Amino acid sequence: MVQARDPVADVPENAPEHCPGTESEFAGKADACAGCENQQICASNDPKLPDPSLPFIKARMASVKRKILVLSGKGGVGKSTFTAQLGWAFAADEQIQTGIMDVDICGPSIPTILGIASEQVHSSSSGWSPVYVQDNLGVMSVGFMLPSARDAVMWRGPKKNGLISQFLKDVDWGELDYLVVDTPPGTSDEHLSIVQFLKESGIDGAVLITTPQEVALQDVRREIDFCRKVGIRILGLVENMSGFVCPGCKTESKIFKPTTGGGKKLAQDMGIELLGSVPLDPRIGKSADYGVSFLDEYPDSPASIAYLDIIDRIKEILGD
Amino acid sequence: MSNRNIFLGANLLSSNFDFELVRFAMSSSETPVSRRLQSVKHIIIVLAGKGGVGKSSVSTQLALNLYQSSPSARVGILDVDLTGPSIPRMLGLDGHGVHQSSDGWVPVYADGTDARLACMSVGFLLKKKEDSVVWRGPKKNGMIRQFLSDVRWGDLDYLVIDTPPGTSDEHLSLLEHMAPVHSRLSSVIVTTPQAVALMDAMKCLSFTRAVNLPVLGLIENMSGYVCPCCGEISNVFSTGGGEEMARREGLKFLGSLPVDTELVSLLDASEVDRESENPVDANRAEKTAESFVLLNRYSKTSSAKLFKNISEGVAASLAEAPASN
Repeated sequence: MVQARDPVADVPENAPEHCPGTESEFAGKADACAGCENQQICASNDPKLPDPSLPFIKARMASVKRKILVLSGKGGVGKSTFTAQLGWAFAADEQIQTGIMDVDICGPSIPTILGIASEQVHSSSSGWSPVYVQDNLGVMSVGFMLPSARDAVMWRGPKKNGLISQFLKDVDWGELDYLVVDTPPGTSDEHLSIVQFLKESGIDGAVLITTPQEVALQDVRREIDFCRKVGIRILGLVENMSGFVCPGCKTESKIFKPTTGGGKKLAQDMGIELLGSVPLDPRIGKSADYGVSFLDEYPDSPASIAYLDIIDRIKEILGD
Repeated sequence: MSNRNIFLGANLLSSNFDFELVRFAMSSSETPVSRRLQSVKHIIIVLAGKGGVGKSSVSTQLALNLYQSSPSARVGILDVDLTGPSIPRMLGLDGHGVHQSSDGWVPVYADGTDARLACMSVGFLLKKKEDSVVWRGPKKNGMIRQFLSDVRWGDLDYLVIDTPPGTSDEHLSLLEHMAPVHSRLSSVIVTTPQAVALMDAMKCLSFTRAVNLPVLGLIENMSGYVCPCCGEISNVFSTGGGEEMARREGLKFLGSLPVDTELVSLLDASEVDRESENPVDANRAEKTAESFVLLNRYSKTSSAKLFKNISEGVAASLAEAPASN
């Protein structure tokens, strides 16, 4: 059988077969290390040189009270939509300062969803100014930096990481009560970087988003595994698109059938909280395309009520 | 605001191209990848930009339709979504493993002993299906190179490659490693009718133009939903945007696919579920094309009928494309 190596361990390409990984405490000392050309580097006890940007990030993040990640292994399940609703809901209280940071570098949707796609980022003596949706809701995304929306950002990991680091240290977030971070799908560079950059400042927790089908749940299981490996607290799971009410006959049908029990079963199996289920409402997608707040436009819809309950529960869990 | 304010975009654009390597690699001649892919006639990369628009389900359907297009067609499907592999589940191959032979890794065959539909995914390499693959770019790059150079695909008429969302490491690596066989590469772009998805599809198109990758056409997925109760069509994610984009950008519009709950359930169910629902097939001695349960059931979905045209459109585009492209 061919098997992938321990996924988290950092194994260089020229490593021997049973390399324990460069981050392992056995690095350079395990039996397998004998004869490896990197053995000396691994074995030397010098702590790895910390990223020089870390102190700056820590200083900038000192004025941010709560940092929340929105994660999902799978794409298109509603991470950005949820992030935007969460931001809007927090910012509905004028006293609360909220920031949204979009670290999806190759597919930034946040500017469109928040209706600020044509804005640009400016820099001042105190750093890059976020784009403000309203005076207590600031946003940063790579979408503000592209000459046109059709331009593709074709970057490999290190460049993406560099930009994420800049978002954290160079953006003049000011005093924030909440910073909500929207992530791309998967468990790769962006996710590792944001976790590493925020390690010292502390991440308050992650909200995981899923849809009811097994293909999405599979990816969310992997994301839970990731959170546990890197030590991020999981605030809970949100199930999106969990039913569809036909506008014609008002009958509810399941577009994405929970063939394996959906988010509820997943939450039970993995020992995490199901924060709530949001039904599929075509108006959510429309609001996102037009850049208006679904919660403000349709406050009485079942989806809005579900969203608000989930957001209240998140605040409760955080103790706010 | 003072004159200190500068627009940061210009900064970013100057460095928004991570692609020098690819162009460089194109001049190189023979590599382990090109040797391995010598026996593959057409390589079709399925791209989307946005996640969750149906790349994997389109890849799966495309592979099944190409497989069906002739009784001797040999098709491969390679899943390079390393951190979120969905292809094994969709083909009902969850839990299968990859074996090593003297001639490289043996792909998993979805049609059993007929061995005309070969599949490879990182999902087959994980000990447990919930294990996360937390890899940065260089390791993903290594894995993709191995998939392309070490898998014993054999003779293939088509190799369909399913990609993760975005235009980043995986996509650059694919193009880089396959540069020696660039003349056999082409792509299909999948989108949904939403503005956010169309925007990402546009980025994807810019990517294909930057790397000189031919686009066979555009597919609009999740275009409308038919209420199973009253038959009313709801445009859950709006409709028509894909066709409009294809017209504007001079792309071939391959077709639109409505949300098909039957298909969602079929691709979402595991092999075990499928067999238990098919007592007729249960007493078979061994898997052959006749008892290729997934294909049989797929053929009965409404999507299969629509996708047949799409698949034929893809084949027609491939035939039209000048060999030198």
